[in-house]
Amino acid sequence: MRDLTLPRGWRVALLLPALAVFLAFWLLPMAALVKVSGDGHALETYRAILTNARYLDSLWQTVVLSALVTLATLALSLVAGLFLTRHDFPGKSALVSMLTLPLAFPGVVVGFMVIMLAGRQGLIGDLTSKFAGHKLVFAYSLAGLFLGYLYFSIPRVILAVMAAAESLDHSLTEAAASLGAGPFAIARDVTLPALAPALIASGAMCFATSVGAFGTAFTLATDIDVLPMTIYTEFTLNANVATAAALSVILGVVTWAVLMLARNFTGQAVAAGG
Amino acid sequence: MLKKTLFTLQLLLTLLMCAFLLIPVGMSILAGLSVNYFRGPSAGLTFKWVIQVWQDYHDAILNSLYVGAATLVLVALLGVPAGYVLARWQSRFARWIEELLTLPIALPGLASALALISVYGGMRGFRESLAFIIVGHVIFTLPFMVRAVAAACADSRIKLMEEGAASLGASFVRRFMTVVLPNIRSEIVAAALIVVTLSLGEFNLTWMLHTPDTKTLPVGLADAYASLRLEIGSAYTAVFFVLIVPLLIVMQTTAQRAKVRNARGRT
Repeated sequence: MRDLTLPRGWRVALLLPALAVFLAFWLLPMAALVKVSGDGHALETYRAILTNARYLDSLWQTVVLSALVTLATLALSLVAGLFLTRHDFPGKSALVSMLTLPLAFPGVVVGFMVIMLAGRQGLIGDLTSKFAGHKLVFAYSLAGLFLGYLYFSIPRVILAVMAAAESLDHSLTEAAASLGAGPFAIARDVTLPALAPALIASGAMCFATSVGAFGTAFTLATDIDVLPMTIYTEFTLNANVATAAALSVILGVVTWAVLMLARNFTGQAVAAGG
Repeated sequence: MLKKTLFTLQLLLTLLMCAFLLIPVGMSILAGLSVNYFRGPSAGLTFKWVIQVWQDYHDAILNSLYVGAATLVLVALLGVPAGYVLARWQSRFARWIEELLTLPIALPGLASALALISVYGGMRGFRESLAFIIVGHVIFTLPFMVRAVAAACADSRIKLMEEGAASLGASFVRRFMTVVLPNIRSEIVAAALIVVTLSLGEFNLTWMLHTPDTKTLPVGLADAYASLRLEIGSAYTAVFFVLIVPLLIVMQTTAQRAKVRNARGRT
C-alpha cells in the first residue's frame, strides 16, 4: 500500500544513516570475524576446537551454568512476580522498584556485589563463621558465578513476568476458582499455560545474557573457564586470534539458536536488554 | 488458612530476593565510606576513599560521561528517523532491517568487540580514540531507540494527525517536526534514558575496545577491584551508584507515567 505521508525519497533518506553505521560497524566486522575464525581452512579450525577438551569443557560449563541460572531465575521471579501483581499492600511499589533497581548494573559491579556477599570478607562468610564455626567463601567459584548471574537476571525476568501477569484475563482464574479448583490446580492449569510464552521468552533472554556475560566472570573467575573468559584469555594472553574468533562465533551461534527456538515456540520477538 | 500461609511464604521469598539484591549495595556504600572496612563503620566514616577515587579515576568517569552523551546524540540522530520509517513501512524488507539492527543486543558483546577490532584494529588513530568505544556503544544501544520510536509511531492516532496535516498542505519536514516528534516525545525521552544508562555501565564491549588512554567508568571499576583495597573498590562502586541510581529511578517513573498515559489513551 502506498503511504501518502511518507514519500519514497524520505523513506530512504531517513533509514540510510542508521543502516550505513550498522553495516560499517557491525555487519561487516561480524563477517570479518567469521572469516578470521576460519583462518583459511575453516573446517580444521572448528574441528580442532570441538575436539579440544578444554574448549568443550568451557562450552558445557557455560551452557549448564546458564541453564541452571535460567531455571532458578524463572522459578523465583514467577513466585515474586505473581505475588506482586496479585496483591496490594502498602510499600508494594517501593518493593517493585527495589527488585528492579539493579537492572542496569554492569557485570563487573554485579561481580563485586557477589564478593560483598560471598567473598573472603563477605556477609555470608561472617555469618557462617559466627554461627557455624566454619567460614563459607564461594565467590570465586562456579557457585559465586551462579549467584552473580542470578543477581542480574532477576530484575529483568521479574519485569517480564509482571507485565505478562498484568495482562492475564482475570475471569479465567475466577471461573476456575468458582468451579472448585484450588490454588495449585489454578496455577497448573490456568496461570502457567497463560504465562508460558512470556516465561519462554524471558528465559531465553536470561540464558543468552548469562552465556555471554563477561564482566561478572571477569571480576570473579580467577580460575573458572566459562566461555567468555576462555575467549578473552585466548585473545589477550595467548594472542590466538583465530581460536578466539571461532569461539566467539560458536558463542554467538548458541545464543542466536536459543533465541530463535524461543521465538518459534512463542511466535513473538524476544525482548532483549543489556 | 492455606491462602494466608501461601501469602506469607510468597511475601517472605519476595523480601528475601530484595535483600539479596540490596544488601550488597548497602554494604559496598558503607564500606566505601568506612575508615577501615575490617573494623566496620564503628571505626568511623570518611570521604577519604571517595576523594582518592576521584583523584585516581576522574578521567575514566569523565570519559564515560562524554561517551554517554556522544552515544545519545548519535543514537537519537540515527535511531529516531529509522524507527519512524520502520513503523510506517509495512514490508518484509523493513521487518528484516529491524531484526538485523536488534542482533547486537542479542549476541554476546564480546563477539561484537572482537569483530570491531578485527576490522578497525589496524587504524591506530581511530582505535586509540574514544570514538572507537562510542561506535561500539552506538551499535549496542541503537536498537533500544529504534524499537521505542517504532512502537510509538505504530500508534494509528499519530498517522491520522499526520494525514490531517498533510491534507492542509504541511510539508514532510514540517509534519515530522511539528506532528510526529512532539507526539512521541515521552517515548524518545524514555529510550534516551535507557541509552545513557546502558552506555555508562557497558563493560563487555568496552573492556575489549578500551586503551590505556580511553578508560571508562566500568573499566576503571574492574581495574579498582583487581588491584586495590576493598575500601577503594567500594568507594568507586558508591560513586557509580550515585551516577546511575538517579537515572534508573527517573527511568522507572517515566515508564510508569507512559503506562498510565497509554492506559488513558486506550479507553
